[in-house]
Parts: sequence; C-alpha cells; structure tokens
Amino acid sequence: MRWFWIDRFEEFVRGKYATAVKNVSLAEEHMHDHFPGVALMPNSLIVEGMAQAAGLLVAEAIDYNRRVVLAKVSGAEFYFDAVPGDTLKFHAEILDLKPAGSLTSVKATVGDEVQGAAEIFFAHLEPGEGVPKLFEPEELLRWLDQMHIYDVGRDEAGQPLTRPDW
Amino acid sequence: MPSRDEIFEKVKAALVDALGVDEDEVSPTATMVGDLGAESIDFLDIVFRLEKAFGIKIPRGELFPEDVLSSTEYVADGRLNAAGLAALKARMPFADLSKFEANPSVQNFANTLTVEDMVRYVQSKVGG
Repeated sequence: MRWFWIDRFEEFVRGKYATAVKNVSLAEEHMHDHFPGVALMPNSLIVEGMAQAAGLLVAEAIDYNRRVVLAKVSGAEFYFDAVPGDTLKFHAEILDLKPAGSLTSVKATVGDEVQGAAEIFFAHLEPGEGVPKLFEPEELLRWLDQMHIYDVGRDEAGQPLTRPDW
Repeated sequence: MPSRDEIFEKVKAALVDALGVDEDEVSPTATMVGDLGAESIDFLDIVFRLEKAFGIKIPRGELFPEDVLSSTEYVADGRLNAAGLAALKARMPFADLSKFEANPSVQNFANTLTVEDMVRYVQSKVGG
C-alpha cells in the first residue's frame, strides 16, 4: 500500500502553482472507523494531501535533484469537515524557493468553499543528509504519470513540461 | 532607514509566525533555542521570513553558522577551538559571543543566540 492523498493534478505550472484533486470516498478504509456513522476525512490527512500537492510542485521545480521533505506546517486552519462524496481541491503556490528549502501556501476547497489552509515549509536535502532515498526513479515516474503532471503541466513559458527519461 | 524599534517589531513578527510563540515571549534577551524553542529547520524558515520582511538576502550559514559548528577543522570533542572561535566571530560580528567564549561547547551555542542578535544582524544588513 502506498500513501497517496491526491488523485491527480488539474493544473501544474512549473515553479509557481498547481491544483490537485482528492475525491473523498467511503470506500477508503480509514473512513470506516472515523467515525462509525459519521465518516469524515481527518484534517491531518488533508495536510498530507496539501503537502503532496505542494511537495511535487517544489520537487519538479528543482528537477527532482534533492529530497523534498515536509519540515513544518504553520498556521493550518480548517473550517468544516470533508466527508465522503466531497471533491477536495488543493491549490498550492510556491511563495519562496531556495536551494535549501521552500515555503508554500496551500488552500483546500470543496466547491466554492474554503475548507482549510496552511503554510507548508519543505527542506531540500542532499543524499546523505540523514534521509533515506525516498523513491526509485521508475517508481517516482509512475507516480508522476498517475498524477497526470505531464498531461496538464506547463513550464514558465506555457509550453508542455518535458517528461524525464529516467 | 528603519529604527532599531521598527526592526525589532518586524523580527518579533517573523519569530511569532515561524516559531508559534506569543508576542510577549519574544523579548530582546530571549534565547532563540532555549527560550523560544527554535530547531535547526526553524532557522531556515526564519531566514525566509526576514528576507521577505526586510527585502534583504541572507546567504546560507550567515545567520546560523552550522557549517562552522560541524567542521572537523574547528571542533574537537564537542568544543570549538581557537580557530573555530575566530571563524565564528568573523562570520557573526552582530552576535554577542562573550558568554559562549567562556564555554565554547557546540551544544552550548544553541543557547547563545538571542532575539537581540537577530535584530543586530538585520541592522547590519539594512544599515539601520
């Protein structure tokens, strides 16, 4: 089992912003006991979805050359529960990006309503800086394909993103 | 040119946001690590926020010299040697290192940097 908390990207502009979709379903196992009769998606998992959307945006912007690790979540706020049948959209934006780290802002929406928001800070680590290898290249590429990054992704000039040939 | 008080207020705002501390905890003498609970990753966050708040560029290692503190050239048995202290002073003219010099163990450095050091650092960058 893999830890997927976004289903795919709808838009993806290199180094700037992206929107990812997460369809909330009662078929997800964690819903069965959280809570019986009143299933809702835990906001902690929504933070994970936000971080996956923003983290892939950051990782692509630095050509996957460093390990992008969720380091801090600041000021996360949630306004209502996401429940089965909802389509969450994570709108991620890069506020600042440097070799050592990046600051992103992510807003979650359901329809026109803002469900939650957070500032998410990533550390960019070199191999050997205490973090094991996160993905094999072919495994990462399968995930990126599954996320439709190279279907919807555009670079700064509006041209389609180039899929890596790992 | 911003006054010292204006710089302090913006530094305070950056630390409140980055560290999730209350405004009244951010006094000039509060230590970044001991009193405010900053961890190494927080210093990167603080760098981002200070750069944005003041429109300055902060090179890596200038505000928190992790490379000096982890260098085998400068550190032996967990303590900074004379060359290391000299390197630290050259790197951080804004910081009051007098207490640290008395006991220059790397572990002790964490409790050396204060909010006032942050203010002095920004002053040195903006010419305030």
